[in-house]
Amino acid sequence: MQLTGAQALIKSLEMQGVDVMFGLPGGAILPVYDPIIDSSIRHILVRHEQGAGHMAEGYAMVTGKPGVAMVTSGPGATNIVTPLANAYMDSTPLVVVSGQVATGSIGTDAFQECDITGVTNGITKHNWLIKNVNDIPRVVAAAFHVATTGRPGPVLIDLPKDLANATMDWYWPTSIDELDLPGYHPVTLGDPGLVREAADLIHGAHRPVFYVGGGVLKARAAEALRALAERTGIPVVTTLMARGAFPDSHPQCLGMPGMHGHYTAVTAMQRSDLLISLGARFDDRVTGKIDAFAPEAKIIHVDIDPAELGKVRAADVGIAGDARLVIEELLAALAADGDTWAGQDLAPWWHQIHQWQEQFPLYYQDAEGGAIKPQMVVEQLRDAAPDDAIVVAGVGQHQMWASQYWQFDYPYTWVNSGGAGTMGFAVPASVGAKVGRPDRTVWAIDGDGCFQMTAQELVTAAAEQIPVKIAILNNAYLGMVRQWQEMFYEERYSEVYLSPDLPDYVKWAEAMGCVGIRAESPEDVGPAIEKANAIDDRPVVVDFRTDAFEKVFPMVAAGQSNDDIVVHPDQAAAAAAAKR
Amino acid sequence: MSAANLSAVPNHSPIGVGAPPRHHILSVLVENKAGVLSRVAGLFSRRGFNIYSLAVAPADESEQFSRITIVVDVESAPLEQIIMQLDKLINVVSIGELSPAEAVERELVLVTVAVGPTERSQVIQLVGVFGGEVVSVGADRLTVMLAGRPEKLDDFEGLLEHYTVVELQRTGRVALPKLDRR
Repeated sequence: MQLTGAQALIKSLEMQGVDVMFGLPGGAILPVYDPIIDSSIRHILVRHEQGAGHMAEGYAMVTGKPGVAMVTSGPGATNIVTPLANAYMDSTPLVVVSGQVATGSIGTDAFQECDITGVTNGITKHNWLIKNVNDIPRVVAAAFHVATTGRPGPVLIDLPKDLANATMDWYWPTSIDELDLPGYHPVTLGDPGLVREAADLIHGAHRPVFYVGGGVLKARAAEALRALAERTGIPVVTTLMARGAFPDSHPQCLGMPGMHGHYTAVTAMQRSDLLISLGARFDDRVTGKIDAFAPEAKIIHVDIDPAELGKVRAADVGIAGDARLVIEELLAALAADGDTWAGQDLAPWWHQIHQWQEQFPLYYQDAEGGAIKPQMVVEQLRDAAPDDAIVVAGVGQHQMWASQYWQFDYPYTWVNSGGAGTMGFAVPASVGAKVGRPDRTVWAIDGDGCFQMTAQELVTAAAEQIPVKIAILNNAYLGMVRQWQEMFYEERYSEVYLSPDLPDYVKWAEAMGCVGIRAESPEDVGPAIEKANAIDDRPVVVDFRTDAFEKVFPMVAAGQSNDDIVVHPDQAAAAAAAKR
Repeated sequence: MSAANLSAVPNHSPIGVGAPPRHHILSVLVENKAGVLSRVAGLFSRRGFNIYSLAVAPADESEQFSRITIVVDVESAPLEQIIMQLDKLINVVSIGELSPAEAVERELVLVTVAVGPTERSQVIQLVGVFGGEVVSVGADRLTVMLAGRPEKLDDFEGLLEHYTVVELQRTGRVALPKLDRR
C-alpha cells in the first residue's frame, strides 16, 4: 500500500490507539492536516499551541495514556516548548508532532524555520528529526515506546514538509527490535538482594515513613502501595505529584510533605529513622535545606530512573525498578517472614504522630462577615463535588490550598504542574482532563494571575463542548509572590497587584461562550457552587473574590531546614513549645 | 621573513599541564547519527559537568556506531551521576568507565614551529628522540607530529617552549581498557 508521509503519520497514530489529539495547523504541517479529515482520531483545535500541550498533559495524567499534540514549524513549535518542559519535569508521557520546513530548506533560515529538535534536546526524553519518509511508522512507534516505558516523558517528532508529501510503502513495526533503539533498555524488576535488604531495614525501623512520589501513579501502583502500607502499618506521605496515590481518608495517611506540606507530614519525615521513598526524587521543595533534611533517617530509594538514586541524597538501599513491581517484591519479601508483622512496635511512633496531628491540623482563621477565605472555597467545592471528581490547579497559592484542603481518595484525580511550576497550566489541562474522562466532574481551581495566561482555551472548550468548571480564587494579586514579598521583603510589594475587576471575569467568561458567575461575599459561595455544578452542557467560570491577605501555611522558607517550619500565627506558640 | 613576524601562540604553555589531577575516562559507544554529539555535550553543560577533552570517531566498519572518549574532571561532579545521566540518552548504547591505572591512553599532537637555520636541526633531533615525525617542511617552519601517552606529549610540549610555537593542536585522548595478562 502506497501512502504519503502525511497519511503514514496519521495511520501510525491510529495504529498506536490514539483517539484524540490537540493541535493547530500551519504552513509546514499543512499536508498532515488533510488526512485528519478522514481519520478516526478526534482533533481538538486549540487557540494557542501552549494550550495543545497542556491539554495533552491533562489528558495523559488522568488516563495514563500518552497525550498527543500537533503543531506547525517555527513559532508553532516554540509555543509548545513550555508544555514539553513541564511534562519533562513531571514525567508525563507526551508525543508532540511538529511540522518542519522542507529538508532542502533546513539550515537556510527559511520562513517559520526553527531548530526545534535542538531547542527541545534538554526538555524531551528524546526527539527525532525525520530524514526519510520510510522512517515515519518506525519513528512514531519508537516515540510512543520511549514516551510510555521506563520513566515516562515527552518526545517530539519533527517532520519536514516535503517528506509529508513524499510517498512510501506502508508497513508497521511488529516488535521492539524493529524500532532501532539499541541504547534503550528501561529497567523494570528490582534486584532481589536489594529488596531483601530493604525488607530488613523496614523491620528494623522504629520511626519509618513511606515517602510516596508521582512514580507510584505512573506505575499504576496505588493498590500495591495500599497493600504494603496496610501490611506494615507504616505512615504514608504523598507528595504534590502523588496526591491521590494513597487515600487522604486512610488513617495511615499524613498528607503532603514539603514547603507547604502538612505539619505532621513534614515533621514525621524530619524525625524519621527510615524513609522509604517510592517513585519520589527528593525535590528541593520537599527536602528544604538538604543538609538538614531527615538527619537521622536511613534511606530506601526506589525509582525507575537509576540516575535518581543518590542524585540528591545518598541511599542506604537504592533499588532501580518499576514502583509497582518493587512494591510487590517487597510484599513478597515481607510475607516470607511470616503472616504477622515482624518489625518493631510502631505504637510509640504513632502516638507521637497523633499528637502532632491533634496539635497542628491545617488551619485558617475563618472571618465572620469578612472577605471570602480561599481555603473555605476549596472546602465547599470539595464537599459539593463527587468523591471521584478531578481537580486541576495552576501554580501558586491556589495550587497549595487545593492540594491541602481537597480530599484525594482516588488516584488520577489531581492534575497540576509540579516540577516546572507553570502558571497558566490549569485551564488547558482541565480541558484535556475532561476530554480524557468525560464521565467525571472536572474542577480547575485557578488563580487570577494564572487564568489570564491561558484563558483563551475556554473558547476551545466552549466550541468543542467540553464542560469544565473553573474556580478562580481571585485575590487580585500574584498571590504567592505577594506572600514572599510580605514575609521576606518587608512588605515592599513590587509588581504583584492585578486588580479584582480588570478584567471582568464574568463578562470574559460569557464572551468565550461559558457561563460566568461571581461570588463576592462568603454567603455567595455555596449558591455559586451549586449553580456551577448544575451546568453540564458548557464550561463555567466562577469568580470568587477572595481575601488578598491570606497566606499559605504551613511554610518552610526557601533554603531553610524543615525543622524551621512556620505554622499559622495562631499555632505558633504551640509549635515553638513542640520544637523545644 | 623573520621569526618575530610570525603569529606565535600567545603566552603558550603546555596544554596537558593543566590536566585534572583526578580525571576519569569515559568510553561512550553511541549511535552514529546526526546530533548525537550535541546531545552528549549538551548533557554535560546542562547538568554542570566539565569536559576536559573529547575525541569522536566511528567505532565499527559499518559506521553504525561511534565511540566518544571523554575525559572528565571527577571533582566537578560525582562520576556515578555523570554515567547515569549519560546512560539515559537514548542514543547512548554503552558506557565504559576507565580509571587511568586500568587504561591505555594515547593522544596525538601536531605542532608547527618557527625555525631558523640552527633551530631546524635541534627540533628535528628533539622529534627523533621522542619518536615523532616531521610531517611538513617549509622555508622557516616545521610541522611535527607525536603520538603517545598524554604525559609524553606534555614533556614534548615543555621542551618545545624553547622555540617559537606557531600553532599546536592536540586531539584529546582516546583510551581502551588494559588487557588482562593472566
